[in-house]
Amino acid sequence: MGVIRRAFAEDFTIYRVAELKTGLLDLLGEAERIELDLSGVERMDSAGCQLLMLVKREASAAGKTLAIVAHSPAVQSLIEFYNLAAWFGDPLVVPAA
Amino acid sequence: MDELKQVFLQESGEQLDALESLLLELEAHPDDETTLNGIFRAAHTIKGAAGMVEAAAVESFAHVVENVLDRLRNHEIAVTTELAALMLACTDHLRVLIASEAGTAQLGAADIEAQTTSLLARLRAFGPGGQVQAQSHAAKAEEPGVQRIPSPQTGHNCWHISVRFGPDVLRQGMDPENFLRFLETVGNIRHVETLADRMPPVAEMDPELCYLGFEIALESAADKQTIEDVFAFVRDECQLSILPPHAKVDDYVELIESLPEDTLRLGEILVRIGALTADELNEGLRAQATPAEGEAPTNEAHDKPIGEILVAQQVVQPEVVAAAVAKQTQVSEKKAQDAKLIRVPADKLDHLINLVGELVIAGAATSLLAHKRSDGELIESSSLLTRLVEEIRDASLQLRTVQIGETFNRFHRLVRDACKDLGKDVELVISGGETELDKSIVEKIGDPLMHLVRNSLDHGIEAPAVREAAGKSPRGTLLLNAYHDAGNIVIEVADDGAGLNRDKILAKAIERGLVEPDAHLSDREIYDLIFAPGLSTAEQVTNLSGRGVGMDVVRRNLQALRGTINVSSQAGQGTRLTLRLPLTLAIIDGFLVVSANRSYVIPLDAVVECIERPESEHDRNYFNLRGQVLPSVCLRESFELPGERPARESVVVVQYAGQRAGIVVDRLAGELQAVIKPLGAIFRHLQGIGGSTILGSGEVALILDISALIKISGQAEQRLLARPEQRSA
Repeated sequence: MGVIRRAFAEDFTIYRVAELKTGLLDLLGEAERIELDLSGVERMDSAGCQLLMLVKREASAAGKTLAIVAHSPAVQSLIEFYNLAAWFGDPLVVPAA
Repeated sequence: MDELKQVFLQESGEQLDALESLLLELEAHPDDETTLNGIFRAAHTIKGAAGMVEAAAVESFAHVVENVLDRLRNHEIAVTTELAALMLACTDHLRVLIASEAGTAQLGAADIEAQTTSLLARLRAFGPGGQVQAQSHAAKAEEPGVQRIPSPQTGHNCWHISVRFGPDVLRQGMDPENFLRFLETVGNIRHVETLADRMPPVAEMDPELCYLGFEIALESAADKQTIEDVFAFVRDECQLSILPPHAKVDDYVELIESLPEDTLRLGEILVRIGALTADELNEGLRAQATPAEGEAPTNEAHDKPIGEILVAQQVVQPEVVAAAVAKQTQVSEKKAQDAKLIRVPADKLDHLINLVGELVIAGAATSLLAHKRSDGELIESSSLLTRLVEEIRDASLQLRTVQIGETFNRFHRLVRDACKDLGKDVELVISGGETELDKSIVEKIGDPLMHLVRNSLDHGIEAPAVREAAGKSPRGTLLLNAYHDAGNIVIEVADDGAGLNRDKILAKAIERGLVEPDAHLSDREIYDLIFAPGLSTAEQVTNLSGRGVGMDVVRRNLQALRGTINVSSQAGQGTRLTLRLPLTLAIIDGFLVVSANRSYVIPLDAVVECIERPESEHDRNYFNLRGQVLPSVCLRESFELPGERPARESVVVVQYAGQRAGIVVDRLAGELQAVIKPLGAIFRHLQGIGGSTILGSGEVALILDISALIKISGQAEQRLLARPEQRSA
């Protein structure tokens, strides 16, 4: 147990959420602190965002920490659009101009 | 996106139909606010939907139309014939634009472009399109004082939109994000709160379902309809509430009530969003709880339950009550949704009807077996089964029936346009629009009816001056009527015009060699000549009719539907065309008769009574029914059946289109339900047979075509009359 970091490169979209759900939930069992690197995620839709919310909720419920340590522009854009940045509580990197 | 577009094409078609009929209505009643608003709404919906599917051409054109309509609605301009005509032209053009969007346009792109430009120029004549005004304030002012005493308005200057997306929207390819992004085109989103409280525990959570909801503060000058239209494509799939800027605190309280989430949490969110301040929220909740003094008793009665719930929420276990309220809301919403219509593909219905048809046959086989074995209990249970099957049959046929009114209403436009072209004044009177008949028949009856209506307009009803000279009202009347009669549907097209000119038809028919110059014809026979190919009595050919094609095509189309057409006319008084059609093409109630051990089915609706054939009337082709002489057809003779005549024969008296005749058969075998199996193309020329059916025993029975048999008997009679020497032979 301890810290686990996992990078995702696939799309967080409705087409993939079913398999992502299993993968992400399995991660929850593996460590106390789970760090997600989403910098390689090219696309994210509402289904993907909703899934992240589920995982975040489950992590909190289990007393664990889920942190998104890197956002791709797509992920950041949607999280900001949905005004969920504060809810996720992860520092968003302001992209260099 | 393709699916979205499909929906768009279909729905915009419906909206355009609505728009067209409303415009016609507006012409008749220019001051009707409801009609005006309906027109505006239809145009607006088309525009909104076009925007959703990025049909830019449709959207921008609809926008200009909408602007003019808006001015109309605000009484800045008045309804004139010219404007109504222009609006109708615009409706047509929108249809073309949408067709071109679907890739089915008849015109080339350049033509469409030119049309657009010319229409836009004409629209400009009605002033620069005023921007769509925000309606909210005006609307609110009209609202009678629902909440007079404590009516604190929120200082919030944004629209508040509360939306909960339905579970299936993601699977249908409709991402909430798109709707919110689209919302940004309507106004400025000041604040969004994303809610996923509805998301169930991990195990039950299906990541492909949508559990999201949003509370949105939108700064916008658009009206409520515009905002609502943003969600048009998920309207049935989501729970949407929109509160105008400066809404009353009570409205927010009501909103909180109606939403599934925890009341307190929602309250917090609203506070966070800036819609309410914490004080306003508490104030509002309290004000509801204790109705102010002096409030009208009706209001009190209305407010009290909410107040009580709120008291409970404030004092006792708020979560529990909120959950209960949420459940109630869900239940009532579900019921409301269930009551709506559903779209079903026609082929699914056809499949169902086919299955029911097979069920009818199988049921008949069972009941036949039961009777053969004389097993009382089996007979009883099979008769129950038969009854249920009959009900299922009727119910499933009902599914396919539609009211004919829609078909009739299409003619309003035709009559209007034709009147303009021909310089006539005609009122279209529709009755019996609620008469139902099979959809497949309705589809096929449209064209023949159009021919008849055009004929009446063109040949039948005279120009106003001519009418006045004849002492009639200058305004002609065209009547469309439908009703059920003996298992048939009867459609009448009647006008009060000049009537058919007997001599002219006869002269023309002789000229064309259709009848011998010295032939003696009854009025009825002469009128029937109008159905002969190549006969038109119109002195000049117009673009409406008069080319002499039409009536024969009409009759042929009707015959293909097992229907008939009759014409009656009185010079100077008008013409009445009567169409008779079967209600359905699939299943009929039949009466089984047997001749020479072969089974025949007579449609039960045509059967009047059955009698025994008196001995004295053998070898005659007429018989005496209580003093009335009726022609009779002997199936044995007509179909040249082999074998000896039985000692006792029966006569089935049938009636069709007012004519009676007797059909002589060997014996009667009772009622049955016959699933009509059409005869193949080889048998098309067979006269007197309408189709075939399979009996419960597996035997094939032919269905008699009563109208043809009656005609045959009439012709045989006439031949005999013409050569009396054969009669004695």
